[in-house]
Amino acid sequence: MTIWEKMYLPAIAKGMGITFSHMFKKKPTINYPEVTRPFSAVFRGVHILNRDEEGRERCTACGLCAVACPAEAITMEAAERQKGEEGLYREEKYAAKYEINMLRCIFCGLCEEACPKDAIYLSQTFAPANYARKGFIYGKDDLLIPNPKTEPEAYAKAKGTIGKEIK
Amino acid sequence: MYLLQFDWWFLLEKFILIAVIVTTALVVAMYSTYAERKIAAVLQDRRGPNRAGPFGILQPMADGLKLFFKEEIIPMASSKSLFILGPMLAMITALMTSAVIPWGGTIHIFGRDVSLQIADINIGVLYVFGVVSLGVYSIMIGGWASNNKFSLLAAIRGASQMISYELAMGMSLIAVLMIVGSLRLSAIVDHQIANGWNILYQPLGFLIFFICALAECNRTPFDLAEAENELNFGYHQEYSSMKLGFFLFAEYINMFISSVVMATLFFGGYDIPFVNEAAWGNHWWVGLISFSVLMLKACLFIFLFMWIRWTLPRFRYDQLMNLGWKGLIPMALVNMIITAVVLLALNK
Repeated sequence: MTIWEKMYLPAIAKGMGITFSHMFKKKPTINYPEVTRPFSAVFRGVHILNRDEEGRERCTACGLCAVACPAEAITMEAAERQKGEEGLYREEKYAAKYEINMLRCIFCGLCEEACPKDAIYLSQTFAPANYARKGFIYGKDDLLIPNPKTEPEAYAKAKGTIGKEIK
Repeated sequence: MYLLQFDWWFLLEKFILIAVIVTTALVVAMYSTYAERKIAAVLQDRRGPNRAGPFGILQPMADGLKLFFKEEIIPMASSKSLFILGPMLAMITALMTSAVIPWGGTIHIFGRDVSLQIADINIGVLYVFGVVSLGVYSIMIGGWASNNKFSLLAAIRGASQMISYELAMGMSLIAVLMIVGSLRLSAIVDHQIANGWNILYQPLGFLIFFICALAECNRTPFDLAEAENELNFGYHQEYSSMKLGFFLFAEYINMFISSVVMATLFFGGYDIPFVNEAAWGNHWWVGLISFSVLMLKACLFIFLFMWIRWTLPRFRYDQLMNLGWKGLIPMALVNMIITAVVLLALNK
């Protein structure tokens, strides 16, 4: 080392200059949750049980998603549609109970691919937080998308940014 | 003389001054913690605290509240009274230094001439050094009373660091004292107002003083006391809640006070450059302006401290000792000799 280098001070000044210049740089931080990051179109978030455009549940409890699931996270119980429930369920059979254990789910998207009725898909929301383990077993209340006819705003929000291109 | 006459107004005036200065020091220290985090964030392209209040300005209150509600733990094997004395001593010594600093000139208010200095004593500089060196006791007592080997080692490390750098600090200051010819802090400020700031005559002295001040405040690159991962934390390892808060808070007060001391000794104290303050008279607002000027200078130093902290890596212990004993002390001695020769040549 030369005596100039041994003094360290020029190097220190240079380093200080570098950190100072960072004060004026744009911050890459995103102010979550006020601002959310746009995801790519293929992002796989928390599941949603879909409805059709008239607000009827699409799921017929065929069980293909549960079979396709490699983590065995999905359980369901089927029930028959009664008279007068035509506005609620699309076909004669429906899922009386539909549960996904989010602690087991690996968000692979195979359920989405297996579904013949376009009833389950993975949304763009991704923040499942809870205080207890049993809170991570999502029932139909948690999964079912809001009715597009009666709650259009909540429906649009639940649909999220699906299909939108990343900026 | 004043006390013999038992001038109640004098007492009242000093009490108010003490209250104002201690409050200022505490508030500045409190917001230094906020500034530290904000500055660290902007230097690292982050946002820093932004949840509590607008821009996170209530963060220090939230931190304080948290410290108050945390569990107090006093280790069974510790010597209780000493264990509690440690953080108290840290706070006391940190605040005591402010007594001799001239926070402004003399102002005329309510028909009285009030000096904005708690005690204008002849040995001001010596008093500062005396009190600062008492800070070593808080570290040693804190480390010893914890009854933990690691705390004790850290305390010894911290104490030897403080003592080593205090030597260089004192020596770097001797040159200034030779130029001014007084140990009275108000005289040092007056000399600078008349003859230009000391930084012009003593740049090397200031550099040494500044580096030593960093070490005295346990700031990076000399923050071995805070090396949690590498060195098992410091002398305050066993401390919890507000007692730990006191130790950390005292470091921030120390930083503020040493910034003020540096501004006083090298940057003209409350003097505004190229402005003849004396011509303004001694109205109360002149006192306010000069106080603000001193605060501004101190804040710039605090910023510098923080800027350094988020730039430089920590010293290894032997590097730290080498810099202190083989670098700064010889440099301070050379600076002293050169100053003496120049002063002799100028026949002053």
